[in-house]
Amino acid sequence: MESGLVGLIHGFSVALEPHNLMWCFVGVFVGNLVGVLPGMGVLSSISILLPLTFSMQPVAALLMLAGIYYGAQYGGAICSILLNLPCHPPHAVTCLDGYPMTKSGRGGVALGITMLAAIIGAAFGIVQMIFLAPYIASIAFKFGPQEICSLMLLGLLAGSTLAKGSAIKGISMTLLGILLSLVGTDVNTGNDRFTFGFIELSDGLELVTVSLGLFGIAEFLKSVNAVAPTGKRTVRLGFRDLRPQRSDIKTALPPIIRGTIIGSLCSLIPGTGPTIASFIAYATEKKISKTPERFGHGAIEGVASPEASTHSAVQGDFIPTMSLGIPGDAVMALLLGALMIHGIQPGPRLIVEQPDIFWGLIASFWIGNIILVVLNVPMIGLWVRLLSVPYRFLYPAALFFVCIGVFAARNEMFDVGATLLFGAFGYLLLQLGFEPAPILLGFVLGPRLEENFRRSLLLSRGSLETFIDRPISAFFVAASVLLLLAQMVAALRKAKAPIRVPETAFD
Amino acid sequence: MSRLAKHRDVFAGGLIALIGAGAIAEGRTYGIGGLSDMGSGFFPVVLGAGLVLLGGVMAAMGTPAPEGHAATTPDWRGALAIAAAVVLFIVLADNAGLLPAIFGCVFVGALGTRGTTLKEAALLSIGIAIFGIGLFSFVLKVPFPILRGVLH
Repeated sequence: MESGLVGLIHGFSVALEPHNLMWCFVGVFVGNLVGVLPGMGVLSSISILLPLTFSMQPVAALLMLAGIYYGAQYGGAICSILLNLPCHPPHAVTCLDGYPMTKSGRGGVALGITMLAAIIGAAFGIVQMIFLAPYIASIAFKFGPQEICSLMLLGLLAGSTLAKGSAIKGISMTLLGILLSLVGTDVNTGNDRFTFGFIELSDGLELVTVSLGLFGIAEFLKSVNAVAPTGKRTVRLGFRDLRPQRSDIKTALPPIIRGTIIGSLCSLIPGTGPTIASFIAYATEKKISKTPERFGHGAIEGVASPEASTHSAVQGDFIPTMSLGIPGDAVMALLLGALMIHGIQPGPRLIVEQPDIFWGLIASFWIGNIILVVLNVPMIGLWVRLLSVPYRFLYPAALFFVCIGVFAARNEMFDVGATLLFGAFGYLLLQLGFEPAPILLGFVLGPRLEENFRRSLLLSRGSLETFIDRPISAFFVAASVLLLLAQMVAALRKAKAPIRVPETAFD
Repeated sequence: MSRLAKHRDVFAGGLIALIGAGAIAEGRTYGIGGLSDMGSGFFPVVLGAGLVLLGGVMAAMGTPAPEGHAATTPDWRGALAIAAAVVLFIVLADNAGLLPAIFGCVFVGALGTRGTTLKEAALLSIGIAIFGIGLFSFVLKVPFPILRGVLH
């Protein structure tokens, strides 16, 4: 408790350094921007900006990249509420009641409540991280290679099966990601693997090559000529429209608190990030409401609760990433990758060995969220006008950023060509109904998984029982098996009675 | 419903199984070893086997794609322009410098959308080129000639 406070004070001193403060601001600003713009995803934006951080100090780099992630959540709600465009998955459910509110002239109030929900949700998520992350890390200190291995197994399984889409496809994407991470020289033997004679591949594939191909180029291929222009439907909105009335706040506050709790619980399970949290929050709110028929016609609870849960889950998402080094989703995998590029080993030691990064990040969450609220209130008019920038001007510019970003990662033109191939491959995967995000999870964790697996079996002289002989490891293995069984039961039940879930709801 | 949509999961499973088989074939040449002394090929072969298995199950369970979702035919004009833009970037950056590379990439990329005029594409690419050179050459100092042989 006390050390937490000391750490936090230290964190603020780091985050308030002008240099770091500036990058935190850049991060949340860019995040807010891409959140507003339809057709720009968080994953592709972070990938595009990742190469820019190579020359930055690691603290500043992480503050900025993290800022994009939570900043985008503020922007995403604007798009959903004003235009009924679910351009960012966690905010898809906000459309259901947010847009009817806009149609009845209460869009400003919906946005105001969203901001209130955001700041409450985020604040809770951050506090949860302050207390939980060091505690989890202190347990994880005792982990040997066996525990790390089985924990990674659990994390990868959860990350690939609980997220959207079919579980079996998710797992195959994860395996594919691990396979891609093996490309290059094997550190244990010095053999080249899957390089097919290209010297450029002997250092392995770059993270940005894979992520910009799969989430940049593939996304452009999918959206070109397909994203409808939005310009004509722009709503006029000013500063004063945002202020909710006292009665609105009174109705919205209990749902906000419920949403916050749901979000923070969801964030602790890897793979159930903000998207799932917001759907659960909405469903809960509708179920306990005395007037469920109001939902879908502009019920303020239907905006408040999912938004609060999204923001609290987004902050909570950082807990397993920072305390265990196990990312819960693809965005976190990218952030971990960014740390690794700077030579920082993620894992339970991070909090102790890199207090600047851990506590600086937490302090920057506070600062960033406050900046976001301050930024959004006066600038809402600008964001609304930005919504009318057509996609046909956005993607060519982004295309260039992809090219130069991939090249700058290690001054290698070969990688730019490889990115194009990954883009085409990613597009094929999307067409075949795959969700490529788990590839990144596997790609980032792959090398550590193989290394720890080898080390475990070297220690046990080739006996696989080592994974169930140790109690903590056995627990993770058991949890993985349970998770798989649950998925199989669910799949079989679905096969018997096909329930038609509108897939677009999860897009 | 197109043929791809009807048998989507069969194609998907087939692709995954194929990749897995490739990993096994290639991984075997690296030396598999045993559990206590793993060779470089051990992990690839295990992963490959997993992919073959999953691909097989996927194809066997195969449900068709939901109506109106995925499996649209690609937009050829857009796809071609995007691919050409990236290739042009590589060629121009290697031979002419960063400025022409940015211009060419954005210009060709922009033409992928139907209805974008040459003038719009030119204006956009000039704007991005100025911004890009400013950011990458002057602020971030990416070591790359702006115009080969003229401006470094």
